[in-house]
Amino acid sequence: MFLPKLIARNAMRHKLRTALTVLGLVIAVLAYGLLQTVVDAWYAGASAASNARLVTRNAISLTFALPLNYEYRIKGVDGVTQVARSNWFGGVYRDPKNFFAQFAVSDNYLDLYPEFIVPPEQRADYQRDRRGALVGRQLADLYGFKIGDVIPIKGTIYAGTWDFVVRGIMDGRDESTITRQMVFHWDYLNETVRKKNPRQADQVGVFILGVDNPDNAAAISRAVDNVFKNSLAETLTETEQAFQLGFVAMSNQIIAAIRVVSYVVIVIVMAVMANAMAMSARERITEYATLKALGFGPGFLSLLVFGESMIISAFGGALGMLLTPPAARFFKQAVGGVFPVFTVSHETMAMQAGCALVVGVAAAIVPAVQAARVRIVEGLRAIG
Amino acid sequence: MSAPLDPSTPSAPVTPPAPLVSIRHLAKSYQRGAQIVPVLSDISLDIAAGDFIALMGPSGSGKSTLLNLIAGIDRPDSGELLVGGVDISELPEASLADWRAAHVGFIFQFYNLMPVLTAYENVELPLMLTRLSRAERRERVEMVLGMVGLADRMDHYPTELSGGQQQRVAIARALITDPTLIVADEPTGDLDRNSATDILAMLQRLNTDLGKTIIMVTHDAHAAEAAKSLVHLEKGELLQGEQRGREA
Repeated sequence: MFLPKLIARNAMRHKLRTALTVLGLVIAVLAYGLLQTVVDAWYAGASAASNARLVTRNAISLTFALPLNYEYRIKGVDGVTQVARSNWFGGVYRDPKNFFAQFAVSDNYLDLYPEFIVPPEQRADYQRDRRGALVGRQLADLYGFKIGDVIPIKGTIYAGTWDFVVRGIMDGRDESTITRQMVFHWDYLNETVRKKNPRQADQVGVFILGVDNPDNAAAISRAVDNVFKNSLAETLTETEQAFQLGFVAMSNQIIAAIRVVSYVVIVIVMAVMANAMAMSARERITEYATLKALGFGPGFLSLLVFGESMIISAFGGALGMLLTPPAARFFKQAVGGVFPVFTVSHETMAMQAGCALVVGVAAAIVPAVQAARVRIVEGLRAIG
Repeated sequence: MSAPLDPSTPSAPVTPPAPLVSIRHLAKSYQRGAQIVPVLSDISLDIAAGDFIALMGPSGSGKSTLLNLIAGIDRPDSGELLVGGVDISELPEASLADWRAAHVGFIFQFYNLMPVLTAYENVELPLMLTRLSRAERRERVEMVLGMVGLADRMDHYPTELSGGQQQRVAIARALITDPTLIVADEPTGDLDRNSATDILAMLQRLNTDLGKTIIMVTHDAHAAEAAKSLVHLEKGELLQGEQRGREA
């Protein structure tokens, strides 16, 4: 008990210095946790995406559509069990800042997405109403949409103002399911477009494919793409996860920058803490020399320094970790739903703890070695 | 009795009792930059058990260096240094630390107490290296603190004590392991006259009542008067020894 007592008292010796060091660590661990959660949130869509679903799009670019008649040919490929249509609508709800995803989808779309849970009666209402729409729970909560509400959306790709009637709310199967989107009838879009701009009709943004065996996803993808080889609109088929990661990859440099910043924050606090520990060790050289003169070994002195560093880092790290979830909730609200899923993961918490541990150890290495190596005579400044 | 020795002197017909500290041809130098500065050269000296000697000399004479060598906190360049029959200059670092813990009590000019520990805990500190139980440690600490007149100051931190009281705590810490040898480096150097007198009286009592061998470095003639014998050093060489009249 003597060593822990001495360590604890040493840690509290310069209360202001210790408090500031702990504060620095709290901020660093908190910032690290939040930045890592931002990165996780970025990948949340891809993480939630299924490997059992394939996405077929125009091989040139996502901005080019595919002919509707591809659907029947894709259905004929071995291993494909279902094919759903999806078009990015890209409309504006009242103001461009109110961004959320809208997809025109075929009626079998929800069969391919069991993670979206819609009560049967709501789904039936949706099927009956040509202008009906399903909105995700997160989206409904964000804008206060209720069943029966009319959502006016101004088209950017498809001209005009479109009124959709909320017929159902899609809940997520679990916390990781993003429900910040709206889906409506592909047929409604196509029929309306056919009247206004026939050239945009019978065009599908992407086909979503259900497969009989996810293990065959690669072979099925190749088979689908082979069907349309050398056609006017060649296809690129990939798993939904790869498809989503393709979007994330567009932001790779931003994500890399966020990651770098999160580690830089940790390195900075490591330097701050190492400096604090070095100052403490320098001030206590005479005490270390005295302890050595009394018979305490270099190991004991190293433990004194390491222990103090670990106490400070553990305290700062724990406090930072405790504050991360509430800070994440605040952050999520503050950014207005930009990140539908913004949950601090266990991995992030573990990494925070790891960072605090590394900071504690790294900050103590040099002072601990100095303490262990202190020459008694020099420490006592007793050369007569 | 302590005296500088001439190693060439023929041995007396009757072998006297072995001295507690036996030094032969001891030399020590320090490196300062590229320069080697000799601090002690060819020191030979015997210190008898139960003696109380004052090492005197001007600044830079090597008296603290000699004390550090005898206490085992520094190592000589050459020569022989036996304390209690053990050649401490040959001991490896870990064994030397154990030896110090068991055989040497330290008293420093600036007390060198741990500021985060109470008087009680400071005195208990050397006992943490022993196998004594908590109750045994408590018994000893209370007894020693009582001896130095600080039984009522056990729970005070060093900053809550006067200089004289802090030095008494340091003396209690030096005594707690019942060491063979007590080394004191300018023990009154930071004290006012009255406190210094108290501390010197206390050291004398340790010497006379408990039979502790004390080696004290001082350049204060008043402090040196408390010792039984004086050893003068100048420029790293032993000048003379002087037996004082105080009886044990």
